[in-house]
Amino acid sequence: MAIVMRSGEIRRYDANERLNHWAVALLFILLAASGLAFFHPAFWFLSALLGGGNWARILHPFLGVLMFVLFVIMAMRYWTDNKIQPYDREWSKRLPDFIENRDHDLPAIDKYNIGQKWVFWITVITMGLMIISGIVIWRPYFADAFAIDAIRIAAVVHAISAFILILAIIVHIYAGVFWVAGALRAMTRGTVSHNWARHHHPLWYRRMRGGRNVEQPPQNL
Amino acid sequence: MPSMQSLDVQMRSATTTATPQVRIAGEPVAKLIDISKCIGCKACQVACMQWNDLRDDIGTTVGVYDNPIDLTDQSWTVMRFAEVTAPDGPMAGQLEWLIRKDGCMHCEDPGCLKACPAPGAIVKYANGIVDFISENCIGCGYCIAGCPFNIPRISKKDNKAYKCSLCSDRVAVGMAPACVKTCPTGALQFGSKTDMVARGEKRVRDLNERGYQKAGLYNPAGVGGTHVMYVLQHADQPGLYNNLPTDPTISPWVGLWKGIAKPLMALTLGIAALGAFFHYVTRGPKEVDESVAAVDADGREVTRHDREV
Repeated sequence: MAIVMRSGEIRRYDANERLNHWAVALLFILLAASGLAFFHPAFWFLSALLGGGNWARILHPFLGVLMFVLFVIMAMRYWTDNKIQPYDREWSKRLPDFIENRDHDLPAIDKYNIGQKWVFWITVITMGLMIISGIVIWRPYFADAFAIDAIRIAAVVHAISAFILILAIIVHIYAGVFWVAGALRAMTRGTVSHNWARHHHPLWYRRMRGGRNVEQPPQNL
Repeated sequence: MPSMQSLDVQMRSATTTATPQVRIAGEPVAKLIDISKCIGCKACQVACMQWNDLRDDIGTTVGVYDNPIDLTDQSWTVMRFAEVTAPDGPMAGQLEWLIRKDGCMHCEDPGCLKACPAPGAIVKYANGIVDFISENCIGCGYCIAGCPFNIPRISKKDNKAYKCSLCSDRVAVGMAPACVKTCPTGALQFGSKTDMVARGEKRVRDLNERGYQKAGLYNPAGVGGTHVMYVLQHADQPGLYNNLPTDPTISPWVGLWKGIAKPLMALTLGIAALGAFFHYVTRGPKEVDESVAAVDADGREVTRHDREV
């Protein structure tokens, strides 16, 4: 009976990957909250999340460095899987259908679709720009070492990069938590169902089934 | 300086609602610095320290008259001495000593206030004085990026920004700023902006008659005019006066950052979050049919065709 295998699951992220992802995610929330507070008065109330304006100013850059370091580890894990492949082009043409949830006969893709890859590369680029520009505007430690115009340009680069990153993460959170049912489990418990894997990432699914990544259901329950 | 409750507030940093301004606002004020009358005695620096309870560290002599060498959180005004060859006027070709009292210019369109992210950390009173309300300051240094005159300094002691307050506390109770009060030559004058412009222009005419053909009033339009103005003997070359900017404006980078980008980006983020929510309630989630096994008992994939039958 297929029923046994139905409850079997496929490992998508191991415990270390989940820990890494959520550490970055929690830091991102704190950084976005304090960064938006500095950016527009409409978001000033978010500075309370870090203990008020002064604490937000003090903590933001340190949290940023920590997030960057953890993100570098994460980015190295997923670098290869996010390289753009020939089938991504075909898949991209079906993006309007994908958005309308007309998923039938989508080209077979591997671990990530082109939307996920875009989120990945946007994150890589903006994180890079933000660590550099962030150091240039970091008071009281580094800003004094830079020319005033460098500080002004860095402030603009930092704000625009953050804006693009937050937009990408809004898409990422929406797709991962709400839109694609069954995806959140991949990052909370580490696994997805066979059907999920086969439906969304057929090439990855076949790759995984060739290996030892299928978790057998508990036998004695 | 704590906010002067007796003064109306015309602009307030990081604030999108109305500022307190019910009073019969007094006239805009201004300080006029007549460089042609300054003898560089630094009495204004001493008066500033005395009134504002500031004491800078004892510095090191580096071979110039400037003392201290730069503005600091403790030195809100500094005399900047320039030895130049006079380009024109009665001293043309000879050594001329141009002594500029540096400090906050109190811009009509203050770049510091535009850049400041902390609500109420920088205010501009209805009388034109731009004041740092230190207890609201978070020490981010954005005011430094915003200022076209390189004025604000962050204290190493409390990480808050400081600069000349134009003695807003004295002005609030009808007194002239401490520096003006103490100036022995009348190089510093204080009053309504209209009066100070008139006096400045009169002085410029005097200087013109005395051979300073290029004398002029420094009240730069790029920042909407300033509430601290200079009478310059060589107004065509403000750079002679220790690099006083010729046409100061808020940097276009700061304009982009705290101008158009600010509302546009905040709005776009809101629309994106709302768009995601509306997508969910109209298109719904992508659900995978779990009622049929993906693989059969032998581990073979169940094809789509099999499932649809």
